[in-house]
Amino acid sequence: MTAKAAAVRFEDAAVRLGGRTIWSDVSLTVAKGEFVAVLGPNGAGKSTLIKAVLGLLPLAAGSVSVLGRPAGQASGAIGYLPQRRNFDAGTRIRGLDIVHLGLDGARWGVPIPGLPSRARETERVREVIELVGAAGYAEEPIGQLSGGEQQRLLIAQALVRRPQLLLLDEPLDSLDLPNQAAVAALVRRICRQEQVAVMLVAHDINPILGYLDRVVYLAGGKAVEGRPEEVISSGTLSRLYGAPIEVLRASDGRLVVVGQPEAPFVHGDRHAHG
Amino acid sequence: MVELSIFQGVSWNVVSDVQQLFSYPFMVNALEAGTIVAVMAGVTGWFMVLRRQTFAGHTLSVIAFPGAAAASLAGLPLAVGYFGFCGLGALALAGIAGSRRSLSGESAAIGSLQALALALGFLFVSLYQGILNGLDSLLFGTFLGITSDQVTVLLVVAAVTLVLVCVAGRPLFFASVDADVARAAGVPVQLLGFGFLLVLGLSVAETSQITGALLVFSLLVTPAATAHQLTARPGLGIALSVAIALAVTWLGLALAYFSIYPVGFYVTSLAFGIYVLVRLGRGILDRPRATARLAGATS
Repeated sequence: MTAKAAAVRFEDAAVRLGGRTIWSDVSLTVAKGEFVAVLGPNGAGKSTLIKAVLGLLPLAAGSVSVLGRPAGQASGAIGYLPQRRNFDAGTRIRGLDIVHLGLDGARWGVPIPGLPSRARETERVREVIELVGAAGYAEEPIGQLSGGEQQRLLIAQALVRRPQLLLLDEPLDSLDLPNQAAVAALVRRICRQEQVAVMLVAHDINPILGYLDRVVYLAGGKAVEGRPEEVISSGTLSRLYGAPIEVLRASDGRLVVVGQPEAPFVHGDRHAHG
Repeated sequence: MVELSIFQGVSWNVVSDVQQLFSYPFMVNALEAGTIVAVMAGVTGWFMVLRRQTFAGHTLSVIAFPGAAAASLAGLPLAVGYFGFCGLGALALAGIAGSRRSLSGESAAIGSLQALALALGFLFVSLYQGILNGLDSLLFGTFLGITSDQVTVLLVVAAVTLVLVCVAGRPLFFASVDADVARAAGVPVQLLGFGFLLVLGLSVAETSQITGALLVFSLLVTPAATAHQLTARPGLGIALSVAIALAVTWLGLALAYFSIYPVGFYVTSLAFGIYVLVRLGRGILDRPRATARLAGATS
């Protein structure tokens, strides 16, 4: 893998927050157009990793390059979806407008209707809303939509500038299982169709297992990366979590993780292939 | 025609009544001032409601009262007190917000500031000793005695603030709906937050001069809250907010001119009436849609 092909490359990186080392000696690479999940227990520093990619947090050691540039200098080519709760039910702003902000929200001034550039932008917004399958409810106030519908619109917002790298921090949190699988399938489809590298933070592996190219596992201040079947193995996970974990292979080839401390349920049969 | 004793000098002929309104210079000044204030309050109020900063806005309006009282005491024009105190108040609120304490801690600090402002206002009124017959109008508004110089000051301040809001409009909207994503996109969220509080302070100072310190919300919150209920389109929402603020101001001034009751009462009641009607209508409109959505989700 050449440096040119890497979307994100950490080399011996470490982050310290408030005197505590969150993780250290982290070396990992996310290739262009690759779907990578960032997994690990609560407090392992998953969101910290995303913030380091965005250049919002300085590294205590090592280096990180993003799309061939130092972190923080590629923000135009990154789509970012922060960890969040849902929009308040009283937020009476259309989903369409929220998506549009992803395109022009940082630009000074006010939108002037009727300009040709405005029409082009509106066209792009429609296109990306179509891509995530949110056309049916994009005109509704976003506060009145379900968690899954809001999440699709926010992914559209992150995608609207045609980024080369998409950073999604716990986009499946607070979604029910069918919606988790549907959003994971959507991210996978976008990753392939638009050739976008995706780093998706999740804390339950099962709903996304069938859609991933590779995983990064953070635990105990260290990181392990690799193909899902290499990393998600009884030995690796037991070591990382510091608790006995068993990984079973279902008859159709999917991995089922049993005994994961935070999510002690098995639901491998719910998800279709991506 | 039934003679209503609360309405005096009204002919019940719309054309001649409107002509009568415009025949006195003080009334023309009041209508001009009201128009300027309504436009400004409609725009900044829409952003304030979106940002859920109505408590900060209310505190600024309470701060306007000691400002006006202190100006009377010092023999300065009231506008100096309004703009000075509201500007300082906005800086204090920005300081509280910038200290990054918890949300509950923030509202407690703002509340304490509000109590202090009221106490100071009362102190200044007591110190004045002489006849401060303007106390009622400081608190509840007046349309009498607005000079054309005052109108000019209102116009200049409103124009400057509206230009600022236009320049910062889109990033301010972004930071208001989705601060985290806006920050990651390079929007100076904190700077915009400070700037908006300052704009809010100026708007409150302007509005106080028509509605009085305690009824600022009738123009700053109620029309904006009504507009948010009416539409989820930002541009249309701001236009509606301004339109409602203008309508209640003009009608309130006209009613106050012909009647024995104060202008603040009319503006506030009209705005409240529209708000209640729209809320009720929204409740009726949303119910079948919500049911349909739920039915669609379970099928």
